[in-house]
Amino acid sequence: MHPAKSVIFFTTASGAGYGLLIWFALFGLLNRMPLDRDFALVVLGVAFTLVTAGLLSSTAHLGHPERAWRALSQWKTSWLSREGVAAILAYLPMFAYGYIWFMGIQDRNLVAVVAGASIVLSLVTVYCTAMIYASLKTIRAWHNGYTVGGYLIFSLMTGAVLLTFFAHLRQYDMRDEVSAAALLTLGVGLFLKQFYWRFLQTASSPSDIGTATGLGGPGKTTLLEGPHTESNYLMDEMGFRIARKHADKLRVYASMLGFVLPIVLIVMAVFLGGWVEILCTLFAVAFCAVGILLERWLFFAEARHVVTLYYGAARA
Amino acid sequence: MTSLPTTTEKKLGLVIDLDICVGCHACAVNCKEWNTSGHSAPLTDKDPYGGDPAGVWFNRIHTFEVREENSNGRTVHFPKSCLHCEAAPCVTVCPTGASYKREEDGIVLVNADTCIGCKLCSWACPYGAREYDDSAGVMKKCTLCIDKIYNETLRPESRVPACVSTCPAGARHFGDLGDPDSEVSKLSAARGGYALMPEQDCKPVNRYLPPRPRKKEAADIGASAEVRAKDGNLEGAGLLARLVDRVLSR
Repeated sequence: MHPAKSVIFFTTASGAGYGLLIWFALFGLLNRMPLDRDFALVVLGVAFTLVTAGLLSSTAHLGHPERAWRALSQWKTSWLSREGVAAILAYLPMFAYGYIWFMGIQDRNLVAVVAGASIVLSLVTVYCTAMIYASLKTIRAWHNGYTVGGYLIFSLMTGAVLLTFFAHLRQYDMRDEVSAAALLTLGVGLFLKQFYWRFLQTASSPSDIGTATGLGGPGKTTLLEGPHTESNYLMDEMGFRIARKHADKLRVYASMLGFVLPIVLIVMAVFLGGWVEILCTLFAVAFCAVGILLERWLFFAEARHVVTLYYGAARA
Repeated sequence: MTSLPTTTEKKLGLVIDLDICVGCHACAVNCKEWNTSGHSAPLTDKDPYGGDPAGVWFNRIHTFEVREENSNGRTVHFPKSCLHCEAAPCVTVCPTGASYKREEDGIVLVNADTCIGCKLCSWACPYGAREYDDSAGVMKKCTLCIDKIYNETLRPESRVPACVSTCPAGARHFGDLGDPDSEVSKLSAARGGYALMPEQDCKPVNRYLPPRPRKKEAADIGASAEVRAKDGNLEGAGLLARLVDRVLSR
């Protein structure tokens, strides 16, 4: 599948924003958030900015962005529509949370409701994003359990890495707990991605050139001549291929930058302290961001669509 | 709404005969000609006479080579357009309701006024039936010539999709596949018509008729007894010939 920049940025940025909001709300629920209005508003502001920039970016690949509001109407059948509705609903507790901190409201019950709603609606939104891809039977690399698992864990992971930086920046007591959350999700994310790539080696669609044409399976039927000499929309959008050797290298880079280096840097931050810990967590954020962008690029680039069976592929 | 109708009154679709399609691409050309001024007009072409032409087509003809045992390969021309699926995934994934399936005849259409051009429907379709028009910013697809098949200003025999009326080999048939007594249903049943990628669970309406078995023996194409006898067939042979055949066959 063609890796569109707007969609890669949308899924990673909004994922990180929701992840940050989830951890912020969770630590708030557990009463582990420092009573620091500026800190809270900065964290909520970053989460809001990431989510909003991502959602706006997602409209950039539309043919008619001005009609985007229409996408809220078909939530009964469409995961894309559900995602839009969930994203808008998730803004409500986000704004409420900001208001609570801005006004310095100390009502524990109110905070619990708002924090709980933030967590649930953020998770639902990320789940809907994942289901847009996981529900497509035409793409074996997406139509499996790893898609939802991956989107959820990578959202929590990037959010936790971000909160780790903010917590270390202000040297708060809860920074060790936040670091632990980041290390845990980084570890789970790293393993999940390795298992996913192993799964991709053997996973194949139930469709092949035999079922696509009804003329005979792989080896028996081959494309003799395409319908046209030049490329077309289908081949550009669905027929994107990445060379095996490049994919292998990019997987290593994604694993190192997105997961391994942030783990090492956060462990260093926990033990070293002082200005070094701030620097370490800042670099962890930077590497993790590049790594997760690579991971998402591969998520699209490595996915094969069954329509390629009509354009020369024997299996999809 | 992008909820699919539970049933449709008719299931209009095509039956495509792979045995007699000659791969002339006339159906694709006439489709383009009719539809570029029809329901989803225009079927935009970019750089049509330049070095990198691209454009929107509703119908494309692929050509496959099929290897058969004890025989040379055979060439099969394979026209492909929207199959107007009963369980069309392109309809249910649409976030705006622009993509819909008509209750009265089962035709799958796009409302160009509400399509946001998110392309998700083209990802959901296994058959590559949907093509994005870059210049209009909306998705386009085969309409089964909705503006031709119901057009009362045309003669009744012309009220079929452009691809069907133009096929010089008669390889394309149009009708109601929901009615078991229709010509197309009977044709499909008689010739073992099949659906493409049934495992994708889209329940396509269109049917493909498989190429007939290759004719290998002289008799298969109506050769006379005399010709057949020369090819080791003893029918009508004399007594001596039969005896020699028996001796040599040991």
